[in-house]
Amino acid sequence: MSAQPALETRALCKSFGALAVARDISFRLPAGARHALIGPNGAGKTTFINLVTGRLKPSSGQILLGGADVTALSAEKRVKSGIGRTFQINTLFNGLSVLENVLLAVGERHGIAGDMLRGAGTYRAVVEESQALLERLGLAADAARPVRELPYGRQRLVEIAIALGLAPKVLLLDEPAAGVPSAESGLILDIVETLPRDIAVLIIEHDMDLVFRLAERITVMVQGAILVEGTPDEIAADPHVREVYLGTEHTR
Amino acid sequence: MIVSPAPRRTVADTVLGRHRLRGFELVPWIGAIAAYFVFPEYLALGGQILIMVLFALSLDLALGYAGIVTLGHAAFFGTGAYVAGILAVHGWSEPLSAILAAAAAAGLLGVVTGAIVLRTSGLTLLMVTLVVAQLLQEAANKLGWLTGGADGLQGIVIAPLLGSFRFDLFGRTAYLYSLAILFLAWAVARTIVHSPFGRSLIGIRENVTRMQAIGSPVFQRRLRIYAISAALAGIAGALLTQTTQFVALQVLSFELSGTVLVMLILGGVGRLYGAFIGAPLYMIAQDQLAKDDPLYWLFWIGLLLVLVVMFARGGVLGIADRLRARTFR
Repeated sequence: MSAQPALETRALCKSFGALAVARDISFRLPAGARHALIGPNGAGKTTFINLVTGRLKPSSGQILLGGADVTALSAEKRVKSGIGRTFQINTLFNGLSVLENVLLAVGERHGIAGDMLRGAGTYRAVVEESQALLERLGLAADAARPVRELPYGRQRLVEIAIALGLAPKVLLLDEPAAGVPSAESGLILDIVETLPRDIAVLIIEHDMDLVFRLAERITVMVQGAILVEGTPDEIAADPHVREVYLGTEHTR
Repeated sequence: MIVSPAPRRTVADTVLGRHRLRGFELVPWIGAIAAYFVFPEYLALGGQILIMVLFALSLDLALGYAGIVTLGHAAFFGTGAYVAGILAVHGWSEPLSAILAAAAAAGLLGVVTGAIVLRTSGLTLLMVTLVVAQLLQEAANKLGWLTGGADGLQGIVIAPLLGSFRFDLFGRTAYLYSLAILFLAWAVARTIVHSPFGRSLIGIRENVTRMQAIGSPVFQRRLRIYAISAALAGIAGALLTQTTQFVALQVLSFELSGTVLVMLILGGVGRLYGAFIGAPLYMIAQDQLAKDDPLYWLFWIGLLLVLVVMFARGGVLGIADRLRARTFR
């Protein structure tokens, strides 16, 4: 494993006019990390992800993937450099089958998606890889169903499946269990826990049980800036964090 | 982790075999050839139907597959029509090379205008495509020395096809020529929609944000299909010029952009064969209705459109899909 962090930001800033939504964010995600990003609503967690993935252009600062500066690269190019994400609100190909949702991502990764001359079905390896991914995530039984017919919790799994289809080195999970009944959120957590260690995972989550079960390190954001970073125990014990975020009555 | 039971016939099989030709796909061609023998007195109308099928097919690639909602597709049809016409007036009477020239010109216009209009979306896109077509129509109107202006472009002479088939008065050559070109265009369109590129266009239609998040160069893909769609529309326009030996300003009109859209919606959007149903349906209805009611025939088309949009989303092919789904459930 290389010494370079999988993802690093240096003094990342973003303002809309006078409103600073990201303030001087310097952050390191080591290879293979399990890292959680928490903070109250409006703290700028999703903004941070949008900056990292290239959906937003930073006002200043740098973004590095595996040590290479990707600040100037488009969102598409950054995906090619190994970054994958899920969305807080399902962002799926609703009319397509579950298999095809994943297939599109796998096809893009293999660089075949621009081919106009061959039938998509002639790329058997791509179809089989997508099918295998669905089986790994327990989605094989739903492979033929249009995504929009799936229960919300299953759709959240498709979100993750699409991102995994990109074979990312850095996986950004934006509230993967949001809107999912607690009985099903365990399933999503199981999947995140069994991801191979060559993927560095950054997870935004509000469910503290989930965060403390999964994360080895936690970063707390408040008002667009990093408040504190540490192990789960350090974060749980931090008086500032208790004050601004967890609430005084929180106990573990 | 939960282990799902493996389904018996997998969706993977469907995906793997989707590009294979199926029996029903031959129906339009058998129908078109049969019509040639059964309705020899209607070949002029038949030829125009084939041209509109091609035009609607080109629109389906942009609108139905890539989700580019345009109200200005006549810009490309008209460009193709004028290029073929102007070439013929100036002595370039060989039809096949003129078709290629028309396709190139319309495709180029697709790249140039697409580079601008495809940066917008939704209502803005609708308006900008409309503006492009209106500007072109006004330009054609003003450039009377080149286009014939409001009087139309006259004096078009087309050489015999392949040096031996003259464009006869009964429209036999025109019909078969249009059918052959339509067949080639369909083969191209069909290859594209079943290719990985075609599937990625559907992804773009379904969710642009997600396509960007999986690393798809969305703008470049949309521009590519827009140019291909424009080139095919240009071929349709050129066919109209060559088979009628006249170009009117209407080939660039908003009405034509709207008409082809209505044809596609009636037949079914994003299904490749919607054009093959919608265009004949519209034009045969127009032919029959206008006989009885030359002033208000459009009312009936309008009524049909309202009914389709209210009760039969997906057009005629959408109804067929639902019937099939019910049968196999």
